[in-house]
Amino acid sequence: MATPTDPERRAVIRQGLSVAVATGLYGISFGALGVASGLTIWQTCLTSLLLFSGGSQFALIGVLGGGGGMGAAIAASSLLGVRNTLYGLQLASTLAPRGLWRVPVAQLTIDESTAVSIAQQSLPNKRLGFWVTGIGIYAGWNVMTLVGALVGDAIGDPKQYGLDAAASAAFIALLWPRLRSRQPVAVAIVAAVVAAALVPVVPVGIPVIAAALVAVVFGLLSRTRTPDAREPDGALL
Amino acid sequence: MTVWIAIIGASLIAFALKFAGYTVPPTFLEKPRVSRVTTLLPAALLAALVVMQTFTTGSSLVLDARGAGLAAAIVALLLRAPFIVVVIAAAATAAALRAFAGWA
Repeated sequence: MATPTDPERRAVIRQGLSVAVATGLYGISFGALGVASGLTIWQTCLTSLLLFSGGSQFALIGVLGGGGGMGAAIAASSLLGVRNTLYGLQLASTLAPRGLWRVPVAQLTIDESTAVSIAQQSLPNKRLGFWVTGIGIYAGWNVMTLVGALVGDAIGDPKQYGLDAAASAAFIALLWPRLRSRQPVAVAIVAAVVAAALVPVVPVGIPVIAAALVAVVFGLLSRTRTPDAREPDGALL
Repeated sequence: MTVWIAIIGASLIAFALKFAGYTVPPTFLEKPRVSRVTTLLPAALLAALVVMQTFTTGSSLVLDARGAGLAAAIVALLLRAPFIVVVIAAAATAAALRAFAGWA
């Protein structure tokens, strides 16, 4: 294990914690909206504890609050959760969880923990990024869900503090270091365009999966490339 | 009761979906063709997350204060600012535009 003063490790911890704070605070929106949609405080909190995937949670209470049936609510929520399978695939070799250890690992597998983890270069930093971000968000999201359910909108919309833009910035900052060679730049641009183009025409949650298919296509078409084309993250597996 | 079933049902499926990714045998992930794909996946996923987080509300494409926040973040990145500065620059830009310029 590297020393805790290793500046690279501290940078990973800072990244994870800033993403966790920006995302965790959004739990307040979910808590307030959950109660407003007719869930009890207890039901709202249990949704954050058990479901723990922001998009899926908002979809669930959106359908329930809008008078939709439980089948429609479960379907909307689950559709958004499919991308987490992809994240697990991506993280499997990094985290290599076995047996029951896969339970907490799976539960913490969401957009942000995956994003911070895959953005790191070394294996220990990938793991560190996953755990710091995952645990930080789990704690923050659940505490803030309770706060939001109790006090409603009294604190105000996290948007007014720009926390939604903070999340955008975190994602672009994690992507940035990968844009040094031609192939990832091309993949990123095509993936972004494909995702944006699909937003109005497919259910929420699908554009991210379609963007992943862009990587599949590029990956399968690039087999004549030299190994250098895999920079800067050839250490991924 | 409907609400309880929806919460428990959705949670079980959500967990199963998360768990499924970890049940794929490592030998599959080590195949050269698969590893070429997984090497490129982060760029695709992160780029899509940027788009979803910045330019969408539900199923609509929108341009609002988040876009300006992202622009501020890119400027900060070009100036080689540290991660936390990039994040704060974006948040402050979006918050200021909403507070003082009435942006959405």
